[in-house]
Amino acid sequence: VSAKHARATRRTLSEAESKVLLLDYGVRCVPDRVVATAQAAVAAAGELGYPVVAKLSGERIAHKTERGLVRLALGGPEQVEAAAVELLAAAVPDDGDVALLVAPMLRATRELIVGLHDDPQFGRCIMVGFGGVLAEAVADVAFRLAPIDATDAHEMLDDLTAAAILGPVRGEPAVDRDAVVAVLLGLSRLAVDRPDVVSVDVNPLLIVAGVPIAVDALVEMRT
Amino acid sequence: MKPRIAPERFRAMFEPRGVLVAGVSTHPAKFGFVALHNIVTQGYEGAVYGTNRDGGEVLGVPMVTSLEELPGDVPIDLVFVCTPASANVELLRACAARGIGAAFLTSAGYGEAGAEGRQAEAALVALADELGILLAGPNGQGVVSTPARLCAQIVAPYPPPGGIGIASQSGNFVSSFQNYARSSGVGVSRAVSAGNAAALTIPDYLEYYASDPATRVGLAYVEGIADGRAFFDRARQVTAQMPLVVLKGGTTRGGERAAASHTGALASDDRVFDGMCRQAGITRAANVEEAFDTAATFSTQPLPRGPRVAVVTTAGGWGVVTADAITRSELELVGLPESLRVAIDERLPPRWSRNNPIDLAGGETRDTIPEVLELVADSPQVDAIIYLGLGIQSNQARLLREGRFGGDPGIERVVAYHERQDARFARAAAEVSEASGKPVLTATELALADPANAGPATVRATGRYCSPTAQRAVAALEHLWRYARFRQRRGLL
Repeated sequence: VSAKHARATRRTLSEAESKVLLLDYGVRCVPDRVVATAQAAVAAAGELGYPVVAKLSGERIAHKTERGLVRLALGGPEQVEAAAVELLAAAVPDDGDVALLVAPMLRATRELIVGLHDDPQFGRCIMVGFGGVLAEAVADVAFRLAPIDATDAHEMLDDLTAAAILGPVRGEPAVDRDAVVAVLLGLSRLAVDRPDVVSVDVNPLLIVAGVPIAVDALVEMRT
Repeated sequence: MKPRIAPERFRAMFEPRGVLVAGVSTHPAKFGFVALHNIVTQGYEGAVYGTNRDGGEVLGVPMVTSLEELPGDVPIDLVFVCTPASANVELLRACAARGIGAAFLTSAGYGEAGAEGRQAEAALVALADELGILLAGPNGQGVVSTPARLCAQIVAPYPPPGGIGIASQSGNFVSSFQNYARSSGVGVSRAVSAGNAAALTIPDYLEYYASDPATRVGLAYVEGIADGRAFFDRARQVTAQMPLVVLKGGTTRGGERAAASHTGALASDDRVFDGMCRQAGITRAANVEEAFDTAATFSTQPLPRGPRVAVVTTAGGWGVVTADAITRSELELVGLPESLRVAIDERLPPRWSRNNPIDLAGGETRDTIPEVLELVADSPQVDAIIYLGLGIQSNQARLLREGRFGGDPGIERVVAYHERQDARFARAAAEVSEASGKPVLTATELALADPANAGPATVRATGRYCSPTAQRAVAALEHLWRYARFRQRRGLL
């Protein structure tokens, strides 16, 4: 199968659709709103409470940060409106249908990444590691073949070079390892149940008061 | 899950009642000579025959020009094939008719040799399958089985007997591991160079080793893995029965094929392979030395029940460096329990370290080392011991004996005393381990620098492994602990 053909038989879900799928597998996501206009974004922000994050979301938008499609720490209605107008204007025809995604701005010092990947040699595997925009550069990750059990999932966390970061850090409690393990087991179930899912990225999986919350997610499907 | 190949079928390859060498040569540089030579000179006691064009005898072994000339009443189970690829179809048919159950093919010109070769290889596999012959190779270097004193290979060496079962995708790694076995004295049960692994693959051999009472640990070198998922499933069955050390060759590739996801980009071959090993309980070695060190330690030490290590040393610096290595590992440098401190106090002058590492600081007398080893091993807070300082006195003894005053009765008395003591200490390490059921590892560079030194020489005589450096002993012990922990966490006791 040529790379071109492989691309042609895959499609990505929008961030909002990705989160709906993950929620079915017990991955807790940030409570966000999908809206079409700047006015609706302001209304949503008012309901969620400031500060908020605004992003451009669409089925064909994969790397939002790189394209400047994420606006953080918007403190009031004027900022939300300005950001929303800019984001909508930044959409290009290739993006297809787009929408605005408004979410409360979570504060956390620790970010994980979890994912599912279909390896050409070993098939479906589950990953956990330290996430955020530097995830690929830091590359402190551990893989296992799906399905995994709780022992495997705990050992994945032990495998991380910087595993000490999972303990209490700068006044924040230790990461609730069982909660992260539950996320990994959820991904493992998804890997088994859904052969049409080619890959999953949850990055970052923020650790808020010790608990993992998915802030961004990207699911790739076989068509 | 059952092994793919029933273990009984491997008897024809590893415990053959008789061996036929096909394509014998009279030229000592040819494979067809070397193979026959190695079989008849290393102690194999079954019947041996050869085939060539002229009949007669080579190296005292009767040659036949056709398999019909073989005596009907002599059982032959294994054919060792040195003939060219073009002769092998007819040969295998004749072998099957003669009741031969296993074939090892050294012949080249198969899968490694282009499209035509691949076709010939596929045909060969199908034929062996049809004939019910176990097919090893082609393009392999041979098979070794020390319980049968069988050295059917076109390379050296023949290793001492022991508990390591080797299966390798590279024939020269079989030689490397067997060379380490020879120099360390920690021996091999079975070894096979899988060659192109056309029919029998690495997992097939490992499954057999797992069922083999002569094999205590598997040691494999792998490059490409055709079916990763099957490899994982089968390796997991193997590690449920015995430890498995794997050395993986092959450059690692990034995940450039899946740029859409971070996970895909991070899923390099090496990271996925590494995770698969952890999940399957495979002990992945970083390099050749570590692979053998670890297999040799698995083969000759009990598994630790926990991570807590005590270092017993007669030399300060070595203890410090070893403690550093333990601290960097997943092992734990255990704090000395008070009761143990008190017990050692009774046997040593006050200058000993009074902590872990237990540095005897030259305060030891005649019986101190065996006594301290025993005390430490008996402590319920200690899971394993690394003992350093073996052979120091015998090293000086060698200078005394070889110096120009050697032969003096006073000097000779001291030389003999030193060597007796080091031999005693090495035996004590083995006995204490035996009695306590805990690993007691020894390490000294004298294992390489002066293998005849009474310290390492006696470690070899006790059947144990003397590591050439303490760091290597720590790395091997860490692998033992990880495997023990893998078993504990999964209820494999």
